[in-house]
Amino acid sequence: MRFVDEYRDAESIKRVLQQIDEITTGDWNIMEICGGQTHAFLRYGIDELLPDNITLLHGPGCPVCVTPLEKIDKAIFLASQKNIIFCSFGDMMRVPGSHEDLLTVKARGGDVRIVYSPMDALTIARQHPDKEVVFFAIGFETTAPAHAMVVLKAKTEFAKNRANFSLLCSQVLVPPAIMAILDAPTNRVNGFLAAGHVCSVMGYHEYIPIAEQYKIPIVVTGFEPLDLLLGLFACVSQLEKGQFNVENSYPRSVTLRGNIPAQETMKKVFHIVDRQWRGIGVIPRSGLALQDEFAEFDAEKKFDLHDISVQEPRDCISGLILQGVKKPGDCPHFGVACTPEHPKGATMVSSEGACAAYYQYKK
Amino acid sequence: MDGEFKLQCPIPLNDYPHITMAHGGGGKLSHQLIADMFRPLFANDFIQAEHDGVLLPIDGAKMAFTTDSHVIQPLFYPGGDIGSLAVYGTVNDLSMCGARPLYLSLSFIIEEGLPMQTLWRIVQSIKLAADRTGVQIVTGDTKVVHRTNGADLFINTAGIGSLEHSLIIQPASIEVGDVIILNGDLGRHGIAVMAYREGLEFESQIESDCAPLNDIVQSLLNAKIPIHCMRDLTRGGLVSALVEISQKAGKRFEINESTIPIREDVRGACEILGFDPLFVANEGKFITFVPPAFTEKTLDSMRQHPLGRDAVVIGTVRPGEPRVLATNSFGGSRILFMFSGEQLPRIC
Repeated sequence: MRFVDEYRDAESIKRVLQQIDEITTGDWNIMEICGGQTHAFLRYGIDELLPDNITLLHGPGCPVCVTPLEKIDKAIFLASQKNIIFCSFGDMMRVPGSHEDLLTVKARGGDVRIVYSPMDALTIARQHPDKEVVFFAIGFETTAPAHAMVVLKAKTEFAKNRANFSLLCSQVLVPPAIMAILDAPTNRVNGFLAAGHVCSVMGYHEYIPIAEQYKIPIVVTGFEPLDLLLGLFACVSQLEKGQFNVENSYPRSVTLRGNIPAQETMKKVFHIVDRQWRGIGVIPRSGLALQDEFAEFDAEKKFDLHDISVQEPRDCISGLILQGVKKPGDCPHFGVACTPEHPKGATMVSSEGACAAYYQYKK
Repeated sequence: MDGEFKLQCPIPLNDYPHITMAHGGGGKLSHQLIADMFRPLFANDFIQAEHDGVLLPIDGAKMAFTTDSHVIQPLFYPGGDIGSLAVYGTVNDLSMCGARPLYLSLSFIIEEGLPMQTLWRIVQSIKLAADRTGVQIVTGDTKVVHRTNGADLFINTAGIGSLEHSLIIQPASIEVGDVIILNGDLGRHGIAVMAYREGLEFESQIESDCAPLNDIVQSLLNAKIPIHCMRDLTRGGLVSALVEISQKAGKRFEINESTIPIREDVRGACEILGFDPLFVANEGKFITFVPPAFTEKTLDSMRQHPLGRDAVVIGTVRPGEPRVLATNSFGGSRILFMFSGEQLPRIC
């Protein structure tokens, strides 16, 4: 398969592994931002093929993991209502709220549907004018443009009639999370692999001031084994030379400025707000919310959800894992009281979470 | 008598107060139901074998017995339909015990409103599948229930087959050194059904691999291959089958991922959906455990059959803890575990 096989080629991978081995002298903690990258590192066993003095830290880039408990409880409340069809991406279905998950709501008779695109949810709204359709809009900058598109489309469609379509919004942004990690006194990250998908949309210009301010190399990295190793090689090279630049190791998809029409669509519909991250807390200016002009599509305004407010469980170290301070194995609950079936917190809830990935591939 | 039924439910209520779809997904929760609730309560020598079917001694002869329910949506999909699937599913389970499938029962649960023409198409498909596999439908039942979501239909089949050899084909017969052979490419059934159900369009239509395995198994038995174990790869795919057998056999399996055949179109669909093809359902694929000395003979014998042309060795049985280790082309490795339920399409 083109664009996949080349990046899983055994000979190329072995060669880059060898090169990383040759240049590495220092002890380096390198954080991959995206859950998809964490997943790929472990799925292909790459972490075990690296020199011992490179430690991979697994970042907060899993949208499912970081969606706060409160939003999930709101989703579960909405999905339980008789007049609501609740639409979600598949991987939110098993994420537990305070008491249950969306699959359980479905088992109790709730109309919960897995969609592949927010446009599918709008189609469902069109087919069921007597019902309210709510789409669970979670994700990073990668999915936000598609959410913005559907809102613009809905705005046109429902220009005359009351809309029966709304979004439960919980989108988050990467650069503020990187800065929160670097600002923490416990920070031990020496270099970042930035998330290729996010940068495909946003470009990588936003990372240049961060690299300069914190004197830390940031390498835009893809998701296939060879992509990951090329990103690591670039990051280690910079660290060994004492450099701290933003470098693009994923040029087949990412440019400096990114996808400008997508960014403009986002800006039309959303504005930046402070956002709670599950396991971490509130990060200033790290989330997206609908602008007032689109308030009719905001499920939190449309339905009475004010009474739903919850505290995160205390005996979970996922916040420290998402910031690279601890690894899954450091937690006494890992694999014992905390499993993918009964997760205690953020990093075990999604298949892309660091704890879930360790559980699935290593245990 | 009634004292027996005061036992506490073995699935803690606060874990799962209700059955969810994941309990039927062929992954960890399905196995938990069987291992914690069903098997201990009905405990007997036969149910402990944990195989696709059971071997029963009847009047000195050994018979294989199994049952399978089919709830697939849609009823018709590229490459098959619920009727042929209901026959092949049970025929394949019997075949995996090394039995020659003989007689099947056929029970329908039908929702009111199902078009008669739809039922007729399905019954005809059952007839064709039965003829193809040489089994006879000898008894059955029909129930009609109130309509729920749409006019739907479910089928249960049970089957018996005869054992005409002295092999004991089951996980406990597996020995260290055995090779694990797969009869062809993975993932076609699961992807075909899902793509069709969800209206996903790919460049070429992927068809289900749904097929009866009795004939290819018979050819292995005729070739006098001392089969230790077989398993067809249905829900939960290759991984669920391997993990389950490894645990039952108490042995470690090492799989070489790069040897596993997966068609380009299936790989592409899996990439898009974020699925791992090793977990995707199949309906005409099985793994066979044979002693290493019989590797070539098994491969030759399989490759002469249309359902085994792409047969390949995918791994070996090793001493050590019961787990399944997959190694890739550049030496990276991972341990394979069952999923909790079905794979769900991912956000990114």
